[in-house]
Amino acid sequence: MSKPKFAMYWAASCGGCEIAVLNIHEKILDVDAAFDVVFWPVAMDAKYKDVEAMQDGEITLCLFNGGMRNDENEHIAKLLRKKSKIMVSFGSCACEGCIPGLANFSPIKEVVDTAFSTITTDNPENIRPQISYAMPEGIITIPTLNPVLKTLDQVVDVDYYMPGCPPESHQIAAVVDLVIAALNGKAELPPKGATIGAGNSTVCDECPRKRNVKTIKEFGRIQLMHTDPELCLLEQGIPCNGPATRSGCNARCPSAAAQCIGCYGPAEGVVDYGARLISAFASVIDSNKPDEIDKILDGLVDPAGQFYRFNLAGSLLRSSKSAQKG
Amino acid sequence: MTEETKPFEPVIIGFTCNWCSYRAADMAGTARIKYAPNIRLIRLMCSGRLDPTFVFKAFAGGADAVLISGCHPGDCHYVEQNYKAMRRFHLLKRVLAQLGIEPGRLKLLWASAAEGAIFAAEINKFVEEVRALGPLNWAQPGEQVSTPIMEEVTA
Amino acid sequence: MQRITIDPITRLEGHGKIEIFLNEQGNVTNTYFQIPELRGFERFCVGRPVEEMPLLTNRICGVCPEAHHMAAAKATDAVYHVEVPRTGKMLRELLYSAFYCTDHTTHFYALGGPDFIMGPDAPVAERNILGVIHKVGLEIGGKVIQMRKYGHTVVEIIGGRKVHPCTSIPGGLTKGITEEQRKEIETMGRWAIEFAQFSLQVFNDIVLSNKTYLDLIVGDIYTHKTYYMGMVDENNKVNFYDGKVRVVGPDGKEYVKYEPKDYAAHIAEHVEPWTYLKFPYLKNVGWKGFTDGPDSGVYMATPLSRLNAADGMATPLAQAEYEKFYSTLGGKPVHQRLAIHWARLIELLYAAERWVELATDPEIRSMASTEMGKLPDSFNSTTDMTITHNPVGTDTAIEVRVCSNHHLLVPLLSTFIGNPLQMCASTTMRTITFN
Repeated sequence: MSKPKFAMYWAASCGGCEIAVLNIHEKILDVDAAFDVVFWPVAMDAKYKDVEAMQDGEITLCLFNGGMRNDENEHIAKLLRKKSKIMVSFGSCACEGCIPGLANFSPIKEVVDTAFSTITTDNPENIRPQISYAMPEGIITIPTLNPVLKTLDQVVDVDYYMPGCPPESHQIAAVVDLVIAALNGKAELPPKGATIGAGNSTVCDECPRKRNVKTIKEFGRIQLMHTDPELCLLEQGIPCNGPATRSGCNARCPSAAAQCIGCYGPAEGVVDYGARLISAFASVIDSNKPDEIDKILDGLVDPAGQFYRFNLAGSLLRSSKSAQKG
Repeated sequence: MTEETKPFEPVIIGFTCNWCSYRAADMAGTARIKYAPNIRLIRLMCSGRLDPTFVFKAFAGGADAVLISGCHPGDCHYVEQNYKAMRRFHLLKRVLAQLGIEPGRLKLLWASAAEGAIFAAEINKFVEEVRALGPLNWAQPGEQVSTPIMEEVTA
Repeated sequence: MQRITIDPITRLEGHGKIEIFLNEQGNVTNTYFQIPELRGFERFCVGRPVEEMPLLTNRICGVCPEAHHMAAAKATDAVYHVEVPRTGKMLRELLYSAFYCTDHTTHFYALGGPDFIMGPDAPVAERNILGVIHKVGLEIGGKVIQMRKYGHTVVEIIGGRKVHPCTSIPGGLTKGITEEQRKEIETMGRWAIEFAQFSLQVFNDIVLSNKTYLDLIVGDIYTHKTYYMGMVDENNKVNFYDGKVRVVGPDGKEYVKYEPKDYAAHIAEHVEPWTYLKFPYLKNVGWKGFTDGPDSGVYMATPLSRLNAADGMATPLAQAEYEKFYSTLGGKPVHQRLAIHWARLIELLYAAERWVELATDPEIRSMASTEMGKLPDSFNSTTDMTITHNPVGTDTAIEVRVCSNHHLLVPLLSTFIGNPLQMCASTTMRTITFN
């Protein structure tokens, strides 16, 4: 009997999710034993035409990472959705846009213009990439950039979400075990739409640092202060996104004396990640006077960037106003 | 009047608190003090209940402006929660500005239950300020938000 | 005219497609390697706080985030005009050496190696890491898995996480390592040296002893006589983390050696309208098209080029392999692209030796964790941050400028670090042959 088929694809992403999967180490052999890997560009040579030739639903499990930056990303998302039984929105890019979603602060034209006019760019004729270009031998094409980067579920129906930039390998290993057990009838998959491979609480819950009542008179920047290694970073005025971020990573970064930057996405029940952080940060400010509040807030040098670092594309507003104008 | 010459009518969502500002709006009503119908009021138990999510949802859903209104500082029915609303308001303004939503579209107004006339006047003033800013026209999901930036080039 | 499209390209990091045009005789008239993606880091990093640059640029690539992280970290150090304390530099280089071991292992066994280990005629379904493990057996497969595990463990210990390290901040790191961690790192490093030697033996047995492969490697088909770039230390030996950028010509002679901060005087990026990626070239030689030779500014930055650009390896075992490499291939510089795979394994050995060197140096723990990463007390943020242009390196770019009130650093370009995954022509050629 043939093994169930497995696919993993990267849209507008960085390859970190692929490495995180490889970092399950020996467990990759369990994946190999349980599945036929039929499409995984980082690791093997199957092409788009091979996927197109498959039957609908032929792929049992598809881990799809990367955001929808261009029309090729969307096309492959739709293609893989059609050919897959279970589609997992894998990693922060697919779930909420992640770092490339920060491009949504600017009109796409500005993004392209900046890239093609940097200090070292030699572009006297102000050339921009053309989606279709006629070479002497024939016409060659590249994808069209979307005006605004989108999340996977803004384009296709998603079965499960697995957050993280990238998802931690121990979480991936647990999910691999779960899926293999479910395929063997030994376990039940959670209901459709569930978030898997992550916790139900916030990073603060997993953080080893001591927490007291927070009364912030000044926000600081990590390079300008000695931080107490035992005490909550936010309490020391470092802008840590732990309070709104989903648990599951074992609070990696605060354990390494760096603030949580929010790569695990919104905690359970959070509708808008940035909004939750606004509440959290507003709560810890120790002042009731408007002028003093403003002065304290001046210490947050880039609030929208900090609060929506990974989440802009997946937020309620999705982008800035200027990005919408194109 | 043709469609083109009708003035822009802002849509404003107003979050009021049960004990002060909502009662102020109520009082304006019973005293037959007219104020602009552009504002749709939503009653919360306290301005401290205002989750910034509501503000984002309002703008994302098509509102041109949002009003947050509560008891005067020191008078909060729940003691100090209007200060929370104030701090959230200050931070919200900064974040919204970075996203291209002008500070003039978010207003914080303290109003006691007895200040119906003042409340109405402030609403009317806010409506005109927003009218001057123009419609926000936040793109709805699925809307074509701009034309492709790159052209096809043929030989 | 016949057209062959390879879409997507596989067994590498990133997106790409290749269009090959053949004439009536079935010969290639032209080939285009197009990059279909653009995410816009140059734009969206602007406006973000400077200390986030190592964190944001990580996400340029999740296979080599360490390279972008370190490049950005060095740029932020330069913004603040601070010299990282020796312990901090050593820890960063130690993380980087372990990363090089992992990355080169991933590349050799999972990305490029399957072409050799499985053979050019192997079916598509077998030409990958799983095929490799099936063929070489679980014992060897287990070693490969262990090397990757060790490398990522070191990255996690020093960098805080396995993928996308978070501990480099302007002036140093957020924390140091304990003695227990140091011992663990040392033990893994010693094993890594053995693994590197084992890998060189694998290459010798499977590739160099096979006449077909050897002919492919030394033959003309994958040969380009370009300039070669690499970072070197003060003795002109290969260094991945710090030093000067040295470029040698197709004749092997030094063409230029420059400080990373002067990169904009030496490198420019050519634009073509049919791809989203730009083409770096040597500005002072000039862009002469997609061609090689001493008059073309096209240069290579890969393991092979680093070995070509240097006078040797800084550690003894790697140096012995370096000498064997060049004597086998007929002297310096080597132009045959497939030799990159061999050069990569020599770098793997150097990285492992360097890993142990750093892990056993007492200064790796001479500075207390709590002392690390804070800018000196004498630093005055309102008067000392006066940089406008401070470009710093090869890999990506962040040039930083200060916005006075908010200490908000607006990044524009970036810094140099030896990136193990620089694109090279051999990737293209390999894909054409074996697909």
